[in-house]
Amino acid sequence: MTPDEILDTVAGICLVAGALLCVAAGIALVRFPDVLSRMHAAAKPQVLGLLLVLLGCALRLRTGVDITTLVLVGLFQLATAPVAAHMVGRTAYPHDDIRRDLLITDELAGHIDRIRADRAGEPEETSPVRTA
Amino acid sequence: MTSQPKAPLTSRDRRRNRAVAVTGLVTVWVLLWGTFSWANVISGLVVAAVLLVVFPLPPVTFAGRIRPVPLLRFLVRFLRDLVVASVQVAWLAVRPGEPHSAIIAVRLRVNTDLNLTLTAEALSLVPGSLIVEADRRTGTLYVHVIGIRGLDEVERFRHGVRELEARIVAAVGSAEERDRIRHDEAEPSGSAELEGAPT
Amino acid sequence: MTVVAVIVTVLLVAAGGLTLVRIIRGPSILDRAVATDVLLAVAVAAIATEAAYSRDATALPVLVVLALVGFVGSVSVARFASRRGPK
Repeated sequence: MTPDEILDTVAGICLVAGALLCVAAGIALVRFPDVLSRMHAAAKPQVLGLLLVLLGCALRLRTGVDITTLVLVGLFQLATAPVAAHMVGRTAYPHDDIRRDLLITDELAGHIDRIRADRAGEPEETSPVRTA
Repeated sequence: MTSQPKAPLTSRDRRRNRAVAVTGLVTVWVLLWGTFSWANVISGLVVAAVLLVVFPLPPVTFAGRIRPVPLLRFLVRFLRDLVVASVQVAWLAVRPGEPHSAIIAVRLRVNTDLNLTLTAEALSLVPGSLIVEADRRTGTLYVHVIGIRGLDEVERFRHGVRELEARIVAAVGSAEERDRIRHDEAEPSGSAELEGAPT
Repeated sequence: MTVVAVIVTVLLVAAGGLTLVRIIRGPSILDRAVATDVLLAVAVAAIATEAAYSRDATALPVLVVLALVGFVGSVSVARFASRRGPK
């Protein structure tokens, strides 16, 4: 095999693996019982799946300009995905649509009121709202 | 150790923060253009300067310095965790039965905004763990973990997060923060205290 | 490469269909926000695969934009839901 063919094969494997993670996430979205579990499913294609697809793309394109763009896509995604996940997770928590019967332990329940009260008392400048 | 006084920034810290921000912004700018040329660097400097004047940064202090070898160790371990966790969550998705989960409090040893943020980011990026709430006062992260089957796994996870924190501090923390981790690992400061944050 | 493109297309269509099921079924608005995020990730994967297949980098800036602003949607939905929530 020529080096070109090897690179193409590796790229193909990366792309298929990324797509498989997307499917796994889709199945998990449908099957998992509550919002928080479904968010775990969402993290897969957003992080590892995306990195694999970008790697496959970079291996096919092989030019400097495109690879820097792809690196930026990866960095931006890694920086922004946790923000969304945390905001959604925090909103989901005190609501009733979490399946408490599936929780082994909940070490947050006793502290949630104090933490939220603390946050309400913080000056606006340091509140996490600003990052949104 | 719970809440360090957030000392006001000296002008040296401020300059340093600004230098870090400018370097980061110029790097992004050059990457966006895709080619390294002096025109790109200079225009990037101008854009960065304007951005920092118009949108001043919140006061986050970067007290440590970047150490390449521990940083590499952190990155390699992070990638490994990422792959392992992705496969595990994918398996949970196709396996019959509903997965159990847990919300676990992890008290970090270094309570700075930067450390809290970096640890939370690294945890959120790995599938299977998700930050539900963060308590800045005590430096505690409340993590929702999927695929937990028993209380022993809860303890193992807590231990894993503290190892992650140790790797991050080793990579970017200050000498004093590294000392604290090392001291804590030599004689664990009463695990009962770590079970949950004081109210 | 054509084989890869066909496999990936089938897989991504399946993934997109499954996320659509969750978007339609809900039940809460947060479920829909999460599922929409996954749908966006599927779309990003599709665009990147197309770029890799045709060796054409025209669509890459779209990926940059999606990676930068993709999170805004669920963040604003989360803010909205928390304002109107029972607490």
